[in-house]
Amino acid sequence: MILASQVWTQVFWTSVLAGGLLAGVPLMFTALGEAISERAGVLNIGLEGMMLVGAYAGFLGAYYGHSMWFGYLAGMGAGMLASCFMVVLCVWLGLDQIVVGIAITLAGEGITSVLYQSRFSTTQPRLGGVHTAPIPLLDRIPVLGRTINGEYPLFSQPLLVYLGLAFAVLLAWVFHSTNIGLNLRAAGERPEALDAAGVSVVATRSYAALATGALAGLGGAYLAIAGTGGFQDFLTQGQGYMAIVIAMLARGRPIAVVVFSLMFGIALSLSGLLQIAGINLSPEVVHMLPFAAIIVALMLFARRAYLPPALALPYVRGAR
Amino acid sequence: MSTETVTGETQLAQRRPRPARTVRAGRVLDGLIRSVVPVVLALGAGAILLLALGRHPLAFYGDIWTNGVENSAWQDSAIRMAPFLLIAAGLTVIFRANIWNLGYNGQFLLGAALVSGYGPGLVNDIPLWAAMVVLFLLAGAVGALWTLIPAVLKARYGTNEIITTLMMSFIGIDLASILIKGPFHDSTTPLPQTAVLTKMLPNIPGTRIHVGLLVAFAAVLVVHYVLTRTSWGLRLQIMGANPRAARHFGIDLPRLIVVAFLVSGFMVGLAAAADILGLQGYIRTGWNPAYGDTIIPFVFLARLNALAVVPFIAFFSVVSTGGDIAAADANLSTNFLLVLVGLILIFMTVIEYLGRRRELGASYLTPGLRQALRAPLVRRRST
Repeated sequence: MILASQVWTQVFWTSVLAGGLLAGVPLMFTALGEAISERAGVLNIGLEGMMLVGAYAGFLGAYYGHSMWFGYLAGMGAGMLASCFMVVLCVWLGLDQIVVGIAITLAGEGITSVLYQSRFSTTQPRLGGVHTAPIPLLDRIPVLGRTINGEYPLFSQPLLVYLGLAFAVLLAWVFHSTNIGLNLRAAGERPEALDAAGVSVVATRSYAALATGALAGLGGAYLAIAGTGGFQDFLTQGQGYMAIVIAMLARGRPIAVVVFSLMFGIALSLSGLLQIAGINLSPEVVHMLPFAAIIVALMLFARRAYLPPALALPYVRGAR
Repeated sequence: MSTETVTGETQLAQRRPRPARTVRAGRVLDGLIRSVVPVVLALGAGAILLLALGRHPLAFYGDIWTNGVENSAWQDSAIRMAPFLLIAAGLTVIFRANIWNLGYNGQFLLGAALVSGYGPGLVNDIPLWAAMVVLFLLAGAVGALWTLIPAVLKARYGTNEIITTLMMSFIGIDLASILIKGPFHDSTTPLPQTAVLTKMLPNIPGTRIHVGLLVAFAAVLVVHYVLTRTSWGLRLQIMGANPRAARHFGIDLPRLIVVAFLVSGFMVGLAAAADILGLQGYIRTGWNPAYGDTIIPFVFLARLNALAVVPFIAFFSVVSTGGDIAAADANLSTNFLLVLVGLILIFMTVIEYLGRRRELGASYLTPGLRQALRAPLVRRRST
């Protein structure tokens, strides 16, 4: 048991950062996915369902494949499968993105629960620990890296975390200085201009929606494999919606998505840590803080946020 | 937008020679097809899913019927209808205004927490009817209050209400939990729950159904009347269809948005009161039935018509009452019903697409409903 006086020590803050990273990485992957599809003009309300499907598939993959990488791949595949509904119904046929998104969320919540309960309801198996890859030298910093458990987890994360951070940087570069990024942004900003330039809007948006599904599935899989070490009904607890908010607040900029995701991750993990540290703050209070912060931020900066003008509008060639 | 109006007019022009009754009958038939076919298709797809899971679909659906309708099970289904109808009425109002109030879970739980917190004392202190009226109004007021921030943000800055209502919903759920653990905690038990109501809503004579159902029907009738027969309803519809036109009409949009939000939240609060006072009797932390999630599809299937939603809600009440037992009998998770609801939504959009292609009557969604998402966080320039 650690005394309350230790709350303001570096150990505590390192734990906060490490916990934030653990809870924030699923959000980061999912929100990066949402950033891609929002930039391309597809609003994906079904993220929650895609995350859950990815989490269940990831759990299955890791459980039967005996490797977390199988799990991550399975999660990405399942997320892409779920986003196929989005691609066909919303991008190709131009159906309402919000209604289809709600449908994907509901169906995802239902099907994962049904499948998990029918197969694992009695056993409820846990997954083994996750291999971590320490950063050379940094993981030896004596003070900064230590957490409450006495380990050095801040600089010793699962490999996927480093890959995810690198991916965010890569994505920022893709958005900013490649043709692919230009096409994606044009599909959301002014699809008719993209069409006139000879690039298929539908194809661009389809790839974006698929990428979103893959990333949301990966986020869910990471949550199941590294975050909770198992699956349960409604595992994501609204994190898909949080990811939508993060992507919108970050205005689709990948680096900002990473920062916001970590902030949310810290808030999500803070309640448990405060209890370990002996501060008896109600977990609900801590849990509602990020949402309250968003509401305040929206009240203050309501005019400064920006979204692509063609967001959630199906593209019909020649229509005005 | 403009093209759809034009085709609508040409359609009317073509149909004009035919007697009015056949036109109306045809339209009702179209509506019926578009509303019922998605449900049938979803049940079919659900049957395939059940087969894949190794369950017998007909036995499952038969079990739903047995436990949702037969003997006196229909009364259990009718009891569930009360909160469902009230939420549906609230969502109908706000969706007609082309606004997405997705914060119903938070509004519902806050209302439920206050009712079960103050209820046990109040029903013993003052006459039962007065206590019930006060508690219903209290829950409604809290539900309405919880929409106020999203409403004002939407009205003043055009902030996307999907985000704000969802955020407020998460906050509301946490706040309800804090209230239950703190001030409303029943000191006689270590469990995080409120005291159990000693007096509940009276039953309709001769049944087990509480009078909350009558309140719900009354609310549906009032909402339907207001939406279809008053100038306020017309203004709401104009705003929903085309905010710019509404502005040219001289409609005070910000005020209308706020009022629509408040009415919607009020209805959701009433639903919480009906559920707690009529059925649950107390509330425990972690209890979140999320009724609204499963009711949204039926509000759309009814094409945002408050009266047409009643048969759908009746259907869903039977499915949910019987389905809970049927799922337990079949050793399935009760969340299987969520899959069915998701399938209904998907088939609904597909049928809608096919219908639009064939120009069959009106659409489920007002054309401007997507407009709400065009520039969500941005202050609208010209509207």
